[in-house]
Amino acid sequence: MAVVHIEKLCKTYQLGPVQLPALRDVDLEIEQGQYIAIMGPSGSGKSTLLNLLGCLDRPTSGRYWLGGKDVSTLDDNHLSLIRGKRIGFIFQSYNLIGQLNVIENIKLPMSYQGFSEERSIERAGKLATMVGLGDRFKHRPRELSGGQQQRVAIARALANDPVIILADEPTGNLDSESGAEILTILDDLHQRGKTLIIVTHDEHIGGRAERTIHLLDGRIERVEYNHRR
Amino acid sequence: MHWFSAKRTIKLGVKSLWMHRLRSTLTMLGIVFGVCSVIAMLAIGEGASREAQDAIARLGSTNLIIETVKPSDEQANSGEANTMRKYGLTYVDAESIRNTIPSVQVIVPVREIDQEARYLNRKVAIKLIGTIPWYTEVSPVRLIRGRFLSSVDLQYQLATCVIENQVARKLFAFDDPLGMDVRIYGNYYRVVGIVARLAGGQTADSFASEIAAVNGNGGGGVIGNVYIPLTTARKRFTEVKASFGGGSESIEKVELQKIVVKVDSTEQVLPMRNILNTLLGRIHDKQDYNIVVPLELLRQAARTKQIFSIVLGSIAAISLLVGGIGIMNIMLATVSERTREIGIRRALGARKWDIIVQFLSETLLLTLAGGILGIILGALIPFLVTYFGHMPTVITPSSLVLAFGISAVVGITFGIYPAYRAANMDPIESLRHE
Ligand SMILES: Nc1ncnc2c1ncn2[C@@H]1O[C@H](COP(=O)(O)OP(=O)(O)OP(=O)(O)O)[C@@H](O)[C@H]1O
Ligand SMILES: [Mg+2]
Repeated sequence: MAVVHIEKLCKTYQLGPVQLPALRDVDLEIEQGQYIAIMGPSGSGKSTLLNLLGCLDRPTSGRYWLGGKDVSTLDDNHLSLIRGKRIGFIFQSYNLIGQLNVIENIKLPMSYQGFSEERSIERAGKLATMVGLGDRFKHRPRELSGGQQQRVAIARALANDPVIILADEPTGNLDSESGAEILTILDDLHQRGKTLIIVTHDEHIGGRAERTIHLLDGRIERVEYNHRR
Repeated sequence: MHWFSAKRTIKLGVKSLWMHRLRSTLTMLGIVFGVCSVIAMLAIGEGASREAQDAIARLGSTNLIIETVKPSDEQANSGEANTMRKYGLTYVDAESIRNTIPSVQVIVPVREIDQEARYLNRKVAIKLIGTIPWYTEVSPVRLIRGRFLSSVDLQYQLATCVIENQVARKLFAFDDPLGMDVRIYGNYYRVVGIVARLAGGQTADSFASEIAAVNGNGGGGVIGNVYIPLTTARKRFTEVKASFGGGSESIEKVELQKIVVKVDSTEQVLPMRNILNTLLGRIHDKQDYNIVVPLELLRQAARTKQIFSIVLGSIAAISLLVGGIGIMNIMLATVSERTREIGIRRALGARKWDIIVQFLSETLLLTLAGGILGIILGALIPFLVTYFGHMPTVITPSSLVLAFGISAVVGITFGIYPAYRAANMDPIESLRHE
């Protein structure tokens, strides 16, 4: 069964008297373990789609099943719960909390699921080591490079073992070398069976994904399948 | 909520307050001073009112004190020529009260004369009190040695006296006063007993100064009281007093300065006042007496205290309100400064409730810490007031509980809105903030 199933998804922003459709009738189906890239020009609705997929927002119309469960009409409380349990976010600007150290940042999603302190710390330590930050546990975000910060964010996205991992231009703020490191980690996650949905402008990333969805003016313009080497 | 998530929330709160130490401290000051003023004001108010109430209570809550007062001039001149003015309480009054009002338990007539007492070459100013043996039942005197005046003294107009301990000290120094003779106005009186007046008792000339008496001796260097039988006083001291004021001479005659009436219970006090007023009103054609009811004064003092507490409470409440608004202001600033953090937490699974708890607990921590500091300071100030200002203060446990409770209430009240604002921010907007 599909992890993500979307039918006629619409999102319209109301700007005063003006109706501004950001997504129009998007249909999408994503299977467990797939690596999806979303591409398109600026303003085409990539972030809007990702926010809907991440349950940060509710569609104006249409349905969305996540892991078989209809989440398009859930209330704020349940959406929060779903975000915490089933979704891992990776942002362009990392979005770490400055006053928390690496371990504390990574275990943040666990604390909202009621995990015990010891268990959270232990798991956060494992994840930090996995993304190559085994010697940086007590560092604050500002003491880390951009690439390192993004690795913390990836570890954090994995904290609750989510069903899908969403990344909005994860390499957008990084130089090509750190960007490549991050992409390697993401590839690695894909190898381990994680479902990845990545918004990007970068054709290279598009090339790594199994499927690239091209958006234009809030519609799926075309879908590209890459049969990897 | 699990205990560890409560612990985590507190830890998180402490941490982010610590991040902004200066801001947190300044914010807290409002609460510190608010709570501090609540406690200090209540302590000072309580101290003052207890002192007044004690002074009144010593007069006896089942007593009614009838005092002689000098009638105003017009009234006095209307009856007699300016030869001799006779006014005030009389032996007849005392007799009538005894004979016509059966519910009076004790009735004690009192005569007061300013005199000097001498022993060997020492002399002190005293207030000579002519009274009867039952005086001890209506006045807070405690026998230290010997005995008080007896009915035999009274019946045979004996020249006996009972002196107060401070008079004994001044007059006899290291000698034993018992059995010695004290000379007053040319006559000798044998000392048969020594009494102590419980602090704040009556030497002072009038009842009013008794209430005001905080620092003791009001009247012209009077050291204390010397008690002699009323009959003896009547025989040996004239009731006529000549005084020269403003060029004209006036001669006055007053038989008794006071009549103290004691009833069985406090319920009878007020009815008794009416009865006494009616009775005396029939005998006296001018208003030359005044009935003082300690019980009523006690009640007035309680009312005054209540008003005092309300006024102080309002001032304190306003300062706490100001402190609370300060906290709210800072918390709103904190919330908008941390918009992005809120967005991140929401994206990572925090419910609105989690955000509310986070910010509310920060506010609560601030106000409770402020409350504790305020309590410490607030307990210190009354201590200093007592030490340097020589004013009594009483810190009641309830005022501490109240102050702490108030700071918690302020924290919750003024923390809710910022926390609510934080929780209701749109996650997507918040993530884009900055
Ligand atoms: N909160 C909003 N209110 C009104 N309009 C919005 C809002 N968010 C997005 N839009 C509009 O919706 C459209 C799609 O925006 P979106 O952010 O999804 O584009 P994008 O594809 O992510 O672009 P970019 O590549 O620049 O990030 C845009 O026209 C944008 O102006
Ligand atoms: Mg975007």
